[in-house]
Amino acid sequence: MGSEKPKIVAFCCEESGMPAYEHAKSLGLPLPDALKVIALPCGGKAETGYIMKALDEGADAVMIFACYEGNCKYVQGNIRAKKRVDYLKTRLESLGILPEKIAFCPVAPASGARFAEMVQEEVQALDSRENKS
Amino acid sequence: MIIAEQKPMEEILEMLAPYKKILLAGCGACVTVCQAGGEKEVGVLASQIRLARKDAGNPIEVLEMTMTRQCEPEFMEEAEDAMKEVDAVLSIACGIGVQLMAKTFFDKPALPGLNTTFLGFPEEHGVFTERCAACGNCVLHLTGGICPIARCSKSLLNGPCGGSQDGKCEISPDVECAWQLIYDRLKALGQLENLENIIPPKKWITSRDGGPRKIVREDLRI
Amino acid sequence: MKSGSNLEKVFERGEFAVTAELGPPKGNDVEAVISKAKYLRGVADAVNVTDNQTAIVRMSSIATSKILVDLGLEPVMQMTCRDRNRIGIESDIFGASALGIKNCLCLSGDHQRFGNEIDSKNVYDLDSIQLLNVMKTIRDEGRLLGGEEVEGDVNMFIGAAANPFGDPFEMRVVRLAKKVKAGADFIQTQCIYDMDRFREWMKMARDRGLHERTHIMGGVMPLKSGGMARYMQKNVPGITIPDDMVKRMLAAPKGKGAAEGIKICIETIEQLKEIEGVDGVHIMALEWEHRVPEICEEAGLLPRPN
Repeated sequence: MGSEKPKIVAFCCEESGMPAYEHAKSLGLPLPDALKVIALPCGGKAETGYIMKALDEGADAVMIFACYEGNCKYVQGNIRAKKRVDYLKTRLESLGILPEKIAFCPVAPASGARFAEMVQEEVQALDSRENKS
Repeated sequence: MIIAEQKPMEEILEMLAPYKKILLAGCGACVTVCQAGGEKEVGVLASQIRLARKDAGNPIEVLEMTMTRQCEPEFMEEAEDAMKEVDAVLSIACGIGVQLMAKTFFDKPALPGLNTTFLGFPEEHGVFTERCAACGNCVLHLTGGICPIARCSKSLLNGPCGGSQDGKCEISPDVECAWQLIYDRLKALGQLENLENIIPPKKWITSRDGGPRKIVREDLRI
Repeated sequence: MKSGSNLEKVFERGEFAVTAELGPPKGNDVEAVISKAKYLRGVADAVNVTDNQTAIVRMSSIATSKILVDLGLEPVMQMTCRDRNRIGIESDIFGASALGIKNCLCLSGDHQRFGNEIDSKNVYDLDSIQLLNVMKTIRDEGRLLGGEEVEGDVNMFIGAAANPFGDPFEMRVVRLAKKVKAGADFIQTQCIYDMDRFREWMKMARDRGLHERTHIMGGVMPLKSGGMARYMQKNVPGITIPDDMVKRMLAAPKGKGAAEGIKICIETIEQLKEIEGVDGVHIMALEWEHRVPEICEEAGLLPRPN
């Protein structure tokens, strides 16, 4: 039985986020049913427009899984992605929307455990917020 | 080109409060290049507006469009159909675009989503600086290609003032002293003797000070 | 004689001139002007009245100057380009002259960002060099900048500021030359702490013969404490203070900083007197007007000629 909630959109870099996601699945680690994974050639491809559109169309949270600093195949795509997330968080705050709805998550390609852990953390953060409101 | 930046979200939302359906109109010219009002920004801002209004329990419909250029009447027809459907247009072009929308679509409010800031260029990715004050009477040939009107905090024509130190302006260490730049450039050009001449008081009549400006080119009129 | 001012006469007689500065109050308190002025009587040949200096709103320099005239003191009215356009400037020159003001110092003015009305529009219709020339044209040719004839004789002794310590250094003497060419009868410099650089600048001025075409007055400002010296060294654009001097101020025993600052100031004046082409000293002791008499006394500048 799949749960519709929470809807998390994960933009995953093909160099780190995607392999980590595959790894998590192969280990059978728990992931939400409504997790939608979108592969990107680089974290830097996570444009502000994509992120906002995901939220606009009903995502509860958007996570960007990219390489650790210094590991980007395209030198600074991950740094750009992080800056965009930081910028969008300030925009969300000014809209009266919790900035935690967007998360920048650096991850190593072989670290399925860490991937699953970060997704669970986000789920819990969303849960506790739901309970509060 | 014209450099602009987006208004604070609070201000935009306040402007939009009375409306249920709007057109968000970007512009494909200057504001696309300075990433304040192009197609990308239209998408992001539209999502933000919809999210905020949904969250507030007062949803709004936002049509999205990026016009070729909002500063020329011939492109206005691009928005004609959409304008029939909406209560108002939020333009994220420069002030010229907003005004042309207002003039063209006389019965619908045109709201500014940007603050039109200055004329300049990107110094590096994400950093824009002012270069021209559109004073209507160029002196760049006297000042080594560096504009003292736009770049000196006091617009001095016979600078630098006493506040120039280590190449910086007295108002802030983040502001370059235009007259230091002029000196360096004239030195490089072997034209330091330019600096000995007193530049006379400027005819500001060609600038905004002379009232709204207008150019009539009889040769171009049909 | 261009103006018949006392300051001009002192220069004409070849005497080492003394001017001091008086900051108008942040309101309409005439008594505040009178009490500051009493310290400067018989001590300075003329008293500079600042024009909303550092862009802090104060009693206008023209009104304060008139109060000094009434007290029998001679003002040097400062006039900046920051707050009025050429119409206001030319009108104020007429008015000042009508009120008996005979000296005027032409300045760009500190940017309004430093003051207490940071949102104001800055004017800078003219710059200080253009202002000098406007004043000279009114006096010598009886014409406004726009060309129209002036009624009556507007006789001003025209001053300008010079900053030997701003950058780029090589341009500083060029700017001095431009000010002289534009009409500066006298020059008051920015506060001198870096005597080496000042000497170098004076040499460049002499090489161009500028000391013979204008009267250069060295500016001094007593340091009040070691902390002030250190702050100014780091934070005030256009002022240089040598490390040794900051150390000397910091080394002064507690409560003796002011005395040390005054001692340095007196030493500086003594040195200025010896430099060829320096015709006077301008003492800037804002909110310290009461210490000016002792500085002048100790520096051997008293009594002043009549």
